[in-house]
Order: sequence, then structure tokens, then C-alpha cells
Amino acid sequence: MKEILSGNEAIARGAFEAGVKVASAYPGTPSTEILENIIQYKDIDASWAPNEKVALEVGIGASFGGGRALVTMKHVGVNVAADPLFTLSYTGVNGGLVLVSADDPEMHSSQNEQDNRNYAKFAKVPMLESADSQECKDFTKLAFAISEQFDTPVMLRTTTRTSHGKSIVTLEEPVAGLPVPKLTRNAAKFVMLPSNARVRHPFIEERTLKLQQYANTLTINRMELRDRSIGVITSGIPYQYVREVLPEASVLKLGMVYPLPDKLIREFAGKVEKLYIVEELDPFIEEQVKAMGVEVIGKEIIPICGELTPGILRKAFKLPEPARSRVDILPGRPPNMCPGCPHRGIFYTLNQLKAYVMGDIGCYTLGFLPPLSAMDTCVCMGAGIGNAIGITKVLSTEEQKKVVAVIGDSTFLHSGITGLLDMVYNNVPATVIILDNRITAMTGRQENPASGFTLVGDETFKVDLPQLVRSLGVKNVRIVDPLNIDETKQVLQEEMERPEPSVVITRRPCVLIKREGVYENGAGVKVDIELCAGCKACLKLGCPAIIWQADGKKGKAFIDPQLCTGCNVCEQVCKLNAIEAKK
Amino acid sequence: MSSTIINVLMVGVGGQGTLLASEILSEALKQAGFDVKKSEIHGMSQRGGSVVSHVRFGKEVQSPIIPEGEADILLGFELLESYRYLPLLKKGGKVVVNDLKINPSIVSTGREPYPAGLVDKIRESFPDCVVLDGVELANSAGSPKAANTVLIGALSKQLDIDEKFWLAAIEKMAPSKALEINKKAFYLGRNGA
Repeated sequence: MKEILSGNEAIARGAFEAGVKVASAYPGTPSTEILENIIQYKDIDASWAPNEKVALEVGIGASFGGGRALVTMKHVGVNVAADPLFTLSYTGVNGGLVLVSADDPEMHSSQNEQDNRNYAKFAKVPMLESADSQECKDFTKLAFAISEQFDTPVMLRTTTRTSHGKSIVTLEEPVAGLPVPKLTRNAAKFVMLPSNARVRHPFIEERTLKLQQYANTLTINRMELRDRSIGVITSGIPYQYVREVLPEASVLKLGMVYPLPDKLIREFAGKVEKLYIVEELDPFIEEQVKAMGVEVIGKEIIPICGELTPGILRKAFKLPEPARSRVDILPGRPPNMCPGCPHRGIFYTLNQLKAYVMGDIGCYTLGFLPPLSAMDTCVCMGAGIGNAIGITKVLSTEEQKKVVAVIGDSTFLHSGITGLLDMVYNNVPATVIILDNRITAMTGRQENPASGFTLVGDETFKVDLPQLVRSLGVKNVRIVDPLNIDETKQVLQEEMERPEPSVVITRRPCVLIKREGVYENGAGVKVDIELCAGCKACLKLGCPAIIWQADGKKGKAFIDPQLCTGCNVCEQVCKLNAIEAKK
Repeated sequence: MSSTIINVLMVGVGGQGTLLASEILSEALKQAGFDVKKSEIHGMSQRGGSVVSHVRFGKEVQSPIIPEGEADILLGFELLESYRYLPLLKKGGKVVVNDLKINPSIVSTGREPYPAGLVDKIRESFPDCVVLDGVELANSAGSPKAANTVLIGALSKQLDIDEKFWLAAIEKMAPSKALEINKKAFYLGRNGA
């Protein structure tokens, strides 16, 4: 049977066909939908972990027990999981273990565009890279076979275009006859204290050499010989662009990008006149091929930064470009916090208080955009709290009071707890604001340990954030409704003044969660045009529902009834009482 | 090689159902026996953000994204976004556009005007552009939410695919309780275009 699947759906299907027992992940674009789709296969135990390190550790446990395990994350998630990954490379596996790294060239929804092929080389584990959905499924299955054959975790790299692109996939039946998981004691392999680890290091060096031999025979590394004047070595989605733009060129299509098939590369190089390497981001293949002494052209013509497109390749190979129409410069349409978003009130207040906001990764990172303009830094998940500690240490007592860290509920559980622990332990007088909207919102509303539900929708223990924070040693814990502007402002002022560590929890569910009643006033609000003086105070909220209607020199605000959720924040910022609840 | 591939670019604003429409198109194409690839970017809180979906079909498709200047058809769910993506369309390509303005935040906060005369500007380069009131037609089908199916109906007039494949795709992809409304919306778009 054939279905149109996204790369992520195809990986989920591949895991099912490979007989995976356990799947664990922390949501992260573009990887999120793998776990969301895997739950349709009831034999797989699939769950959200609080972060990627835990997700991988869960996968490792399942593997040590003899079950096949799939662990998925976005590229920056591998940074979080890197600690267990590097030692897992030493222990190897029992049941197969595949780690999907979904990379994001062009940073469509990421803070950097690191090329995680480097991780495969650094951690000394093999990496496959798929170019469409069929390969996503096939390579997932192959990765499990390689994992068990070579006693190694295997990384499968996708990029946003393969993760979210859709193409036709042929479905197959799951494999049968996999061993039943059971406890296996093998301390020499699974306990990595120095004396055992020293034995394993030569093993993995030898394993890499064997994998390289294997790569030379692997059919997913294939030579496509056409016109011999141009030869291109490529992998992943760039392969598709090469086929599109240079349909007559000979291609060495690599399905395994680490270790590289050295003999095959030399053979291919000997068959073509001019050899190119087309790869997104880093010169990963190029540097290794050049180190082999093979002459190639790569980053001399192919950009390092950003995603490739057929158009970029056309330019790089100096091919004619089609005529295109030109358009005027247009207003952009960036993403925005939703109408009624509970984060709007807090960022409005932080802007009013001229706070110095150490930000974090989530929907609330959009608090950086005008007109809210209330975020001053953003590095990675959990960093805001550590950053706030560090900056407080170097500032004057007066400036210290301006510093706050903002972090979401899911992000706090992901990697904020340890930062807060440091803040209390070292008695740093910063203010941490936990934006508790009951969900992991940015990636599409996934459950987390504070939401009270599991990945498969079962009710579970809901972590008590105020109690958790108090147990870390925070004496000053305040809870506010971020839609109540006056209360929020007063509490923030008091806590920012306080010369001790403090935590403010803003509690209001994401507007997109259906299960919790979000607003009492579902009817929304409207503007009394007699009272509106056109002062534009409400526009400072940046709410998509509030629309400025210019009328000569003066203008008035209008509230789009289709978009307004009735959060009433605008009603509170209007000093003229021109915004009122609808009857 | 690319001459054997048809490229459809769908553009709109987050929340309009642009992506679902591209899924319906892909499903119809698969059922009609074509190789089909589809690509879009999602993941940020895209509500209110610009949305673009590439659908390519033919005997064999390589790249999932449409090379610049090679789109055969642009199906626009909103005027400003339709105009924004015209450079991806090839000369002599076809434009089917929903006559609807949704203000970007910079416009609704009064910092910039919504560009004027967009339909005329589109017609300057693409004189036989089809303009239809998708929301009005969807309302007469029973729900303003079915505007995306109206546009699929209008698109169906431009592609040589049997009607039964479109209907089968709508049946598979549309929410079951809104199936009749969506079928009606499809025909209103198909006959209105």
C-alpha cells in the first residue's frame, strides 16, 4: 500500500516496521511529529521526556534490556543529550538504538543552524541521511539493523525539508522474530568506569574502520553514472536539488554520511572529469574527501550559511535562470503571539517596567518583537536563569533590580530547575518569572510533566510548580494571573526590588488548549468609538485583534470580533474606558 | 525534465487552512497516479504568519521545493501573500486568488498601510488571473471555514485531473462532520472559477 507521508510520519512508520519497543523524545521542531505519529502503533511505548538527555537515557535503558529504542530530537537537542551519547558510543547497544537528529538549515524555527553530521564524527557513531519520505522509512529500519550488527547507536539525520516535506511511501509489514527483552548483566560493556572504558575505546576505533568497509558495499551509497564531464557527491535533500538542476550529471548519492565510503569515493572520482560536492551547511564531506587527497570543488561555490535551493545551485553552476516578475517592497508578516495569549500581559508589563529580560526558548521569545520589545537575551533552553545569575553578579545594586529571567513551564522542567538551584544556592537576588501556560506551546501544544497528561493522552501526576520551586529553597514565590495587568505589575515591582532570589509564576493556560476554560468573557470586547481618542495605548499590546483604522490625521482602534478572545487585557490598558466587554 | 512536472504554489496566512488544502491536492494527485512531493515550513507559532506550501507532481519528482520562477500555478488565499510570492511564478503562469485582505501586524498597528490595488498589480503581469470571493462562496456552502475547499475547487478547473479523485481526496482529508459543506464548497469554487 502507498501513502503520502511526511518524513516524520515515515520515520514513525519505519520504527513500527522495525519492531521498536520504546520511543522517547522532547518536542522540538522539526522533529516533533515523529512521536506524535508513533502513538498510533500501540505496541510502542512512546513518551515525552522532560529533556533530550533524559529521552536518550530512557532509550539506552530499553536498548540495554534488549528492546529496540528510538530517540528523537531537534539538532540543538543533541547538545543536551551529548553527555550520554558520547559514552553510549563506547558501551554500544543490546537492542538497536537509533537517535534521530532533525536539523534546521535556514533556522526556520531555531536559534542556530549547527550541522549535526559533525556529532556523528565527534561521537564516533555512524550516521545515515535520508533524502525523502521513502528513505526516511527505509533508513530507519536499516539503522536498527546496523546498530545491532555493529554494536553501536546509529544517528539518522533529517533536515526540515525531509522532516516536513511529504512524498509517497510504500508501507510494509513489521519484522517478526526479534528477541524478547530481558535483564542481561554485562558490566564490562555497560559500566563505563575507566578500566572498562579503556577497553571499549579501541573497540569503537575498530568499529569505525569496519563501518567504513561496510559503507563501501552499502547500496544506499550509490553511483548514478550519466554524463561524465560533471560528477557530484551529495546526500540528503541536496541530492534532490542536484537531480533537479543538473539532471544529466553523474552523482554519487551517499545514504551513509559517516563514516564515508572511501573506495567508492575514489572510484567515482576516477570516473568523472570534474568533481563537485553539494552539501548544506558545513563542508563535512568535502573536508574528508580533500583529506583523502581527492580534488573537489565544494564550498568555493556552494554557500555555507542557510538552506540550499534549486535556485542557489543554478547560480553556483552558472546555469541560466528563468525570467521572473518583480514586486514592490511589502510589509512583512512575522509570526505573532496569538490573540488572547497569556504572555502578552507579562511582556507588556516588563516593557512598562523597563526590565532587563534574560529570555529563553518558547512562544514567549516573540516577546522580543515590537511593540512589546521586552526581551534582551535568548541563548538556549534554560539559559535565561543562568544568564540572569551571571549578569547580576557584575552589576551595581541599582541595576541588579532591573534583571529578570523569563522561562516557560516546559522549559523550566527541561533545564531551568538546575539554574534556579544555583540561584538559590549562591543567593543571587534575581527574579525568575515562570510563564506557566500548562503546555509546551511553541512546538504545537505537547504535554509535559506540568500539564497533567502523557503523550498518549492519559491523565498523570501534575507537577506542582510552586511546591517544586519552594523545595529548591526559594522563599519568595508569588503566583499571578498575567491577564490582570495591575496585579502583575505590582507583584513584579515588589519582587524586582527584593534583595533576595524570588520566583513569580504567571498562571494562565495557552489559548489554544481546548480542555481548560480559558476566559470567562468569551464574547470578546469592543471599542466605544465615542470614547476612543486615538491615543494608541492599546496598540502597544501588539494584539492581532486590535486594528488601527486611520481616518485622516486622527484614527481609532477597532477590535476584530473574529479574532478577539475576550482576554480583556486591552480593556485594562485603555485609560479612557473606551474598550468594554460585549454584552 | 522539469517540463514534465507541474508546480502548484499555495500561499496564505496561518489559520486559513492553506496546508490542509495542499494535503487535499496531494492526495488527489496520488490517487490519480502521479508521483507527488509537497513541502512547507511549520513549527513557529505561525498563527497570523505567512504560509507557503509547494506541491509538485509528474511522472517522477525530485526536489520537493519549486525552483524559483518555475511555479505553473499560484493559488492565493490572501491578496498580499499572493502578490508577495509572484516572483516564484513562471512567466505566463496562472494565478487563482481569493479576494481577501488580512492585515499583517505592522498594518493593524497603523505603522504601515495595506498596499493598495493589489488585484490590478497582479493583473499587470498575469492578465487572466482568476479572482474569487472564497469567504462569500464558503458562506453560501454553509461555513466560512470551507473557503480553502472553494479555492481547491477553483484550482481543479486549472488541472487535468478527474473529478472523482478530487472528491475522494476531500472525503479522506476533510473533517467528516463538515464533508457535505466541503463538497458543496468545492463545486462552488469549481463552477465559479
